[in-house]
Amino acid sequence: MRFLIGLCWLGLIWAGSATMAAAQVTDATEKEIEKYRAMISDPMANPAFLNVDRGEVLWALARGTRNVSLQTCDLGEGPGKVEGAYARLPRYFKDADRVMDLEQRLLWCMETVQGLDTKDIIKRRFSGPGVVSDMEDLVAFVAQKSSGAKFAVSLAHPKEQEVYAVGEAMFFRRSAVMDFSCATCHSEDGKRIRLQGLPNLSKPGKPAQETMGSWPTYRVSQSQMRTMQHRLWDCYRQMRMPVPDYASDGLTALTLYLTKNAEGGDILVPSIKR
Amino acid sequence: MTMLLKPFSALFAFATLMGAPVAAQQPTRASADLVEVYVKGTWKAPAEGWQARIDQDETQRACSLSRNQPTNAEFDKLLAREKATVVFPADGVVLGKWQDGEKVAQIGTGGQFSDSATGPRGGNCYACHQMARAELSYGTLGPSLQEYGKIRKFSPADAKAAYAKIYNAQSVLPCSNMPRFGHNKFLSEQQLKDVTAYLFDPESPVNK
Repeated sequence: MRFLIGLCWLGLIWAGSATMAAAQVTDATEKEIEKYRAMISDPMANPAFLNVDRGEVLWALARGTRNVSLQTCDLGEGPGKVEGAYARLPRYFKDADRVMDLEQRLLWCMETVQGLDTKDIIKRRFSGPGVVSDMEDLVAFVAQKSSGAKFAVSLAHPKEQEVYAVGEAMFFRRSAVMDFSCATCHSEDGKRIRLQGLPNLSKPGKPAQETMGSWPTYRVSQSQMRTMQHRLWDCYRQMRMPVPDYASDGLTALTLYLTKNAEGGDILVPSIKR
Repeated sequence: MTMLLKPFSALFAFATLMGAPVAAQQPTRASADLVEVYVKGTWKAPAEGWQARIDQDETQRACSLSRNQPTNAEFDKLLAREKATVVFPADGVVLGKWQDGEKVAQIGTGGQFSDSATGPRGGNCYACHQMARAELSYGTLGPSLQEYGKIRKFSPADAKAAYAKIYNAQSVLPCSNMPRFGHNKFLSEQQLKDVTAYLFDPESPVNK
């Protein structure tokens, strides 16, 4: 019914030749975009590996009231074990009795293991001119240790099921002056906003795998490395929503939903994007 | 609520039929109350005047809960409610200046937390629609609007219908992805007229 009414409103009358011409323009445009993506996707020239190196130093740096490093922090695979941890996050942590994404878990470890005041860390959550972000660096380091692995998050614990279900609902939750939700842009295959391709993230499959498997990423347009926390912040900005709280449970819920849809996808990070 | 659980029940039934163990892992939908607890926790202290952006109106809630697929009964209810909100210009003129309408179609800023309150505000039509032939940077979330007025022989009745659609897309198609530009007071009446002219003026590049 919706579709029919939509068609009526459109009244789309395409001459066959016009359709073909438009398709050719689209194909040529897509090819150019692909070429550009291949050009910038060079790991040897990816500045985000500087973040990985800085993150490695931060991981081993003794600080906080206890003057210890993060090397005993349990990211879910056991204390200090970084390899493969990112591929299984977000997940339920018994000690915190919460489902946490990587950022939440790192903040939790800073506070409980190191006794570090995270106020300044959170203030510098996103890097910019003159601002270095410990969180971006640490995420780059930890995520890179799952590069080559495949996403495999668990929905075994009831809390994981709850958070996943909330994430699914938040994905479709429309509000604000544009009536947008995540689903407005990301629930159909093969769509574009202007010339930018939009991955369908509303179901398991390749678009979700390729999207989630390429974050964190170096954003050429921003000259900074960004994590999924920043991507969601940016999405809500465009959705005309207020600034979402960093490392909040709602963002973790969305991340779990998206990561579940990316199940089995290859992680190749840090990547480099437009 | 029963409706909402249907897709998952179907999934459960299917999984049981196949004897697949995934059924135990497949969570049911989160209750609306629980979702709102998380929403509150994600925007604990929004900037002054921004709470209204988080709170949903009845239509946003209905579309969210049905995942934009309202039942036939819901569809009719939404259609009637949204239709009643459309306000046409008092002077009865729905066509403004297409040149200004083009700006409305091109501008993608306004209303974001990164925008200034006095900066340019537009409808960002090109984000989703093809319009003028010369503009190749267009999105495909919405249908192509090329030659929109020409195809309709510049009919005044169709121009009025287009104005209503832009004012409140859901007065035509409940749970449409398109923003309710007039109803949500995102665009001014003049902007709505101008963008309608962009679609319907014979001189507009949309119709060339």
